[in-house]
Amino acid sequence: MEANIAEDKGKDAWGGGTAKPMGASYGKMMMWFFIVSDALTFSGFLAAYGMMRFKFIDSWPIADQVFTHFPFIHGHYPMYYVALMTFILIFSSVTMVLAVDAGKQMKQSKVTFYLFLTIIGGIIFLGSQAWEWKNFINGSYGAIQLNSGEIVHFVDKDGHQVALKDFVVADHERELHTDSKGIWFEGESDVPTYTTSEVLAGFESHHDIDLRIQKINPETKEKIIVSREEAMLILAKSKAVIEGANLRVNEYGNTLFANFFFFITGFHGFHVLSGVILNIMIFINTILGTYQRRGHYEMVEKVGLYWHFVDLVWVFVFTFFYLV
Amino acid sequence: MAHSHKALIWKVFGILSAITFVEVIFGIVKPDALYLTQFLGTSLLNILFLALTIVKAYYIVWYFMHLGEEKKGLIWSVLAPLLILIPYLAALLLIEGGYSNNSMLFPYMGW
Repeated sequence: MEANIAEDKGKDAWGGGTAKPMGASYGKMMMWFFIVSDALTFSGFLAAYGMMRFKFIDSWPIADQVFTHFPFIHGHYPMYYVALMTFILIFSSVTMVLAVDAGKQMKQSKVTFYLFLTIIGGIIFLGSQAWEWKNFINGSYGAIQLNSGEIVHFVDKDGHQVALKDFVVADHERELHTDSKGIWFEGESDVPTYTTSEVLAGFESHHDIDLRIQKINPETKEKIIVSREEAMLILAKSKAVIEGANLRVNEYGNTLFANFFFFITGFHGFHVLSGVILNIMIFINTILGTYQRRGHYEMVEKVGLYWHFVDLVWVFVFTFFYLV
Repeated sequence: MAHSHKALIWKVFGILSAITFVEVIFGIVKPDALYLTQFLGTSLLNILFLALTIVKAYYIVWYFMHLGEEKKGLIWSVLAPLLILIPYLAALLLIEGGYSNNSMLFPYMGW
């Protein structure tokens, strides 16, 4: 931190010293330029997401059918949870700007208080994101993957999705393989609760259940629900039962959707984590009185810039993943 | 000693929350008039979401990050690359995405 309090050695603007090109200190200007480059990185990711979405525009998952959970309540609640997350992050941005504001007036205790609230907000956001990921990874309904790779869902007469466990009976024993039975055996991956033939039998015996295919009707922008006769033909081409989402399969639809979701929200979450760590560092320094002695709270302002940027990125991620 | 901007900060918070609220309402209701009307290659509703998001971005950058208080040189060296490169990148990729959807690049997909 020596650079911030270096004495003017009479050097020119770009040669170091305390001269301020464009009226900003070295640190603040470089934070701005870091933000510019990071903004371009996120734009690249989101634009790539947009490209893949336009490519698969007629089969992309519909956000309200993917993110439907809210803590402690059961049922179908699209959007509310992520709206709450957005609100939390905006609020922590507000407390950060209040900390910067208090810093400009050299009010140490107020800066400490607002930074504390900012850190709490960031931690709550990270926890919320972990919960969102947990739901996404575990899945909620289960689906069938066809030989073509298409994901099909089961819906009731009102068009609401039905979970596999509500109509499929698992009646196969899974024999656990043990080390003593084969020398090449090293372990086995998780196997879905049901087999495709059990799902087919469950579908056949429940006449109130329909099949929703991945294709979107361009007129209504809803996923197409096919007749039961057609459904039987489609289900004859079943490949696997999918429960949950990971980087290879995704019960909600296109695997690419899961890939982008994990990558972009994960990369943003990593930014939030870094932001929380930076906030904790300046929080400790504020308590220790480092900035009070230095005579200015510019470090809070610089970390604040980063924190607002994280909020800014979330505003776009929210729009492109949940709204559009 | 700088003057406190507390009132302004809370006002901006109010605006940002209100915009988010409106977005969520539209996202849940999805009025057919907006959702099913195509405009510029996507639905009118999506254009509305994009516009509201940019308004939110403006408030965050201008009032929370205080970009407006910087010198003109800094403002433009931050904004100009973003305003030029992002629309350029987005336009190219979205056009290509639309093209690969229309073209017969995927005859192996049986649906």
